[in-house]
Amino acid sequence: MPESHAGEHAHPTAGVYLRVAAVLVILTVIEVGVFYVPAFHPVLVPTLLFLSALKFTLVVMFYMHLKMDSRFFTFLFGGPLLLALVMTMGLMFLFGAFALKK
Amino acid sequence: MERTSLGLDNRKMAFWAFIGSECLLFASLISTYLIYKGRSVVGPYPHDILNIPFTSISTFDLLMSSLMMVLALAAVQRGDLRWAKVWLFLTALLGTFFLAGQVYEFTSFVHEGLTLQRNLFGATFFVLTGTHGAHVTVGVMWLLTLWWRALRGKLGTGNALTVEICGLYWHFVDVVWIVIFTVVYLIQ
Repeated sequence: MPESHAGEHAHPTAGVYLRVAAVLVILTVIEVGVFYVPAFHPVLVPTLLFLSALKFTLVVMFYMHLKMDSRFFTFLFGGPLLLALVMTMGLMFLFGAFALKK
Repeated sequence: MERTSLGLDNRKMAFWAFIGSECLLFASLISTYLIYKGRSVVGPYPHDILNIPFTSISTFDLLMSSLMMVLALAAVQRGDLRWAKVWLFLTALLGTFFLAGQVYEFTSFVHEGLTLQRNLFGATFFVLTGTHGAHVTVGVMWLLTLWWRALRGKLGTGNALTVEICGLYWHFVDVVWIVIFTVVYLIQ
């Protein structure tokens, strides 16, 4: 009997997986492009972080099926992820990574 | 199949909890890299040594391996063992290419003078990317085990969850690389 679970819905089709892959490739090309274009350098860090977060979200939502699966899995993953982000920001703040350079 | 009181499979729930703990492991390594960034007193420095075109290809390789993984899962779920074998093998192969690229990168860095002991960049870079590489190695071995089971006809629709859990691990390794590629390689 195929294994399926309560609170979960059908996984995406191969077509959706291919479209997500195409978007991931395009975003990676944009990331690398932005890195090499001097005009983007003043906004390089926020742009790259935004693109990276977008790719991260696409993989987690569609390939790891969090969009369709039980909300409890989102909680199990999202909770530690949020904690990890807060920890990273906190450590960087404590060790002066955000200090203004004189 | 064991269910929890939430009606969810306990293996999948445990694995999501494990992935959550892995988030904290990698966050601690990435934090350490970021804290020590720009504090090396001797070279080589990131901009001297990091090869963006080469790493971009590795990133593309890992993204494509994630696509192969979901196609393998879809094939197992519809009972298409022939394509499941193909996609599982290709996922493992792309993972192996990624590891080969990392071995090449590490070797060339050592030849250029960057070692674990050389400076803070070397120490934090090798620990972070090396830990990720170790995770990829485990993933490749797991995938090859599933492929071997498929070859012997022991992987059917009843094992879809086993493949899905392996896929969760593999995609997690991919998302960690998405972050490393941006934070370490592109934001120098």
